[in-house]
Amino acid sequence: MVAADRTVPLTPRPTLARPADQILHPWAWWAWALGVAIAVNLTTNPLFLVLVGLALLAVILLRRSDAPWARSISAYFWLAGVVIGVRMFFRILVGGGFGETVLFTLPEIPLPDWAQGIRLGGDVTLEGILYTLYDSLRLVVMLVAVAAANALANPRRALRAVPAALHDISVSVVIALSVAPQLVESAFRVRTARRLRGGRARGLDAVKAYLVPILADAVDRSVSLAASMEARGFGRTRTTSRRRTWTNALLLVSSMVATLGGFLLLSSSGDPGPVAFGCLGAGALGVVAGLRASRDKIAVTRYRPDPWGIQEWTVTVSGLLVLAIVLALGNESVWALFGATLDPDVLNPSFMPATWPSLHPALVVAAALTALPILVTRAPGRTPPATRRGDAAATGRTGIADPGARRPDEELVTS
Amino acid sequence: MIVFDRVSFTYDGAARPTLRDVDLRIGEGDLALVVGRTGTGKSTLLGAMNGLVPHFTGGTLSGAVTVDGRTTSQHRPKDMAEVVGYVGQNPLHGFVTDTVEEEIAYGMEQLGVDPVAMRKRVEETLDLMGIAELRRRPLLDLSGGQQQRVAIASVLAAQPRVLVLDEPTSALDPTAAQDVLAALTTLVHEVGLTIVLAEHRLERVMQAADVAVWVTGDGTVESGPPRSILGRADVVPPLAALAHTLGWDEVPLSVREARRRIARERITVAEVADAPVPDGPPLLSARDLTVSYGDLRAVKGVSLDLAGGTITALMGRNGSGKSSLVNALQGAVKSTGELVVAGDVDPRSLSAAAARRRVTLVPQSAGDLLYLRTVAAECAQADRESLAPAGTCATVLARLDGGVRPDADPRDLSEGQRLSLVLAIQLTAAPPVVLLDEPTRGLDYRMKANLSRIVDGLAADGACVVVVTHDVEFAAAATHRALLMAEGEIVADGTTREVCGSSPAFAPQLAKVFAPQPIMSVREVVVT
Repeated sequence: MVAADRTVPLTPRPTLARPADQILHPWAWWAWALGVAIAVNLTTNPLFLVLVGLALLAVILLRRSDAPWARSISAYFWLAGVVIGVRMFFRILVGGGFGETVLFTLPEIPLPDWAQGIRLGGDVTLEGILYTLYDSLRLVVMLVAVAAANALANPRRALRAVPAALHDISVSVVIALSVAPQLVESAFRVRTARRLRGGRARGLDAVKAYLVPILADAVDRSVSLAASMEARGFGRTRTTSRRRTWTNALLLVSSMVATLGGFLLLSSSGDPGPVAFGCLGAGALGVVAGLRASRDKIAVTRYRPDPWGIQEWTVTVSGLLVLAIVLALGNESVWALFGATLDPDVLNPSFMPATWPSLHPALVVAAALTALPILVTRAPGRTPPATRRGDAAATGRTGIADPGARRPDEELVTS
Repeated sequence: MIVFDRVSFTYDGAARPTLRDVDLRIGEGDLALVVGRTGTGKSTLLGAMNGLVPHFTGGTLSGAVTVDGRTTSQHRPKDMAEVVGYVGQNPLHGFVTDTVEEEIAYGMEQLGVDPVAMRKRVEETLDLMGIAELRRRPLLDLSGGQQQRVAIASVLAAQPRVLVLDEPTSALDPTAAQDVLAALTTLVHEVGLTIVLAEHRLERVMQAADVAVWVTGDGTVESGPPRSILGRADVVPPLAALAHTLGWDEVPLSVREARRRIARERITVAEVADAPVPDGPPLLSARDLTVSYGDLRAVKGVSLDLAGGTITALMGRNGSGKSSLVNALQGAVKSTGELVVAGDVDPRSLSAAAARRRVTLVPQSAGDLLYLRTVAAECAQADRESLAPAGTCATVLARLDGGVRPDADPRDLSEGQRLSLVLAIQLTAAPPVVLLDEPTRGLDYRMKANLSRIVDGLAADGACVVVVTHDVEFAAAATHRALLMAEGEIVADGTTREVCGSSPAFAPQLAKVFAPQPIMSVREVVVT
């Protein structure tokens, strides 16, 4: 193995890509999910929202792996339930207010003068309920879209595949991700040690008895990790030149400009105007240029990078198309192209008076596009249970719920 | 290959140099074994080879360290990466990524190796270290021996010419240690690497050594052929002790060498017989004790009786449930089944403070017990915790190790002193049952002998002592009874001589040398 292998490049180059059990590039999932989430944010059409929600669910259930991050979706669903519950509760209790179709009436609690404008109880109208329902449905589907990205994309691989300019940040986040479960383990070990000493320390002493050994352990670990990284050449291919400073400045300024553009675009109620688009465009160009420049500065290579192929493009584009369709349906000139006038009811169906909302055919297409990843990706393989102990430890699932599950030392029976 | 030219090194704030006028040459393709007592500067010597000392640790280095033509004064450790591969004491602490394959690739990514070449080298390295089937496994799931091999593979992938390892087998059971050493010997003999390794348990590695480097303790270093260096050094592995006893001037490096010389010189030894194992009423008895973590059963229905006045070794490979068992016996982890201490109480039903007066446990990472600023404060706290008269702990500590200063910071103590302190804290409660989990890790031979004396004293006072250990030689020399665990069950129980003498993995070297005579330690060698 010591022989020179920098010699003749092989033709054709051997595959560096992930093998057949590969999963989709994590950023493709994020692009798709964000496209859908933004599209959903622009509409309150309940039929469309329900369809998109179902499509997202289908993709999650069919394409998620059994990795620890994929198990987080239940937390998102729980949050979604809370969102609907809380908003409904307050709408019924305090919100009433508008609409004519009274469903039922709660006893109204008279409030003193200084609370004028707030009403407790009273009429609950169909219009009020519908308004809240549509609006919270929008939030819920956005949450599901973010949950989808979380469940489908491996966060570590996503962090590995960042542009070179963000290399340092991604390294520190990855290390933090590995150190966290070790800290949990050392916390359990120290807790056992407390019992062994009799656990008589009280108050500040007790806190010290926990923190001092854990911190000492963490510091020891960090020092050995740093020594190991240094000995293996970390940071060797980095140049610290004046040009690098300029690149960083360019990146910082252009991302701020792009953020300003995005803010103007989203905050203006009517036509955003050229300033918003200008800022956004200039900012994006600056970021791309900055990332390109910084890529030359760090000569770190990637072992078997996640490939970006036709599947990734398809998934990304399907998400962006969903967004494009919704944007188009809200734009007067697009309607004009088809010789029609803008129908605001398509995206935001009126609830005054309450009518059964209609579903524009383009929205059906958009919902179908949301589910497109099912067709172009494969279900990931399941890890055999025997090899999953570390996953459980990494999430702290077994550890936090049941202290016995993580042992106070390294003596676990290996399967 | 490695040249030290009048090297001296002093840590910042240290009164005297750790290394003093070191002149050392290690030739290409040698396996050099660094020996010396704990705290003499072995790790410092190793760190100086790739520049971690002084670039990373601070301190002042004079003289020149040159490896393969590169001097550490001009190259930082990261610039030495493709010349020297460095593996620290605990492989798990040095891992950067989370799967085997990515860990091996990490170093090459940092060096900017071309992806095509990298792909090939990762495969080669996986095969070389025999870990190809582990490639997608998370690093946390691996056993100690596997982690150590991955750590070695991860520095090998960058193709260094020299490999530096700091105690690569100290945490491993005998079989896993054998795996790692086999891998290292392959690297020396088949690949032609130069390897420098520091080790406490010399019996495991000395037969493979070409050169021994003895860090004497006053900062100087002596190097030469292992046979003569080990004959003089103040670290005495069993075969060296045998050579001293038999008056040989050269230390046999392997069991085979010793056997041949004994046959040639027609040496015979007296029959050995065990003093009967003290057989009193059990101080500690467990029936059907089971420890489960989730769906994993670490200890499966173990039943045992331990009498007062006995010292019992608990052995078995990593992960066989030894630590879980002793933790359960103390009541520190949850268990099911019966457990009775001193005839009447179950430690699991007692408060932590009361349980500690019945059964005490010194855990594997003894430092977890320490949190105060000075030794004296820890001792005073121990007296309060144990409801013992003030000064008890300090008295116990003075008996165990007179050299521990009361105003010292517990975290600055040497391994041996820290163990003495923790032992003193735990013994302050004067418990009848004492459990020690891997106490010999990081101890040199003299400290182990001291520990053996302490344990003997406890047993003589009627206590029941259980020592969890991988250290076959320590178990053979210091214990009466041995329990062997595998997969959560006790698979062998008998006198240490019966259990260890008959096992290929757990037999001490002298038993192998004098087989079929089951000699356990050099004290039993009586020439007839």
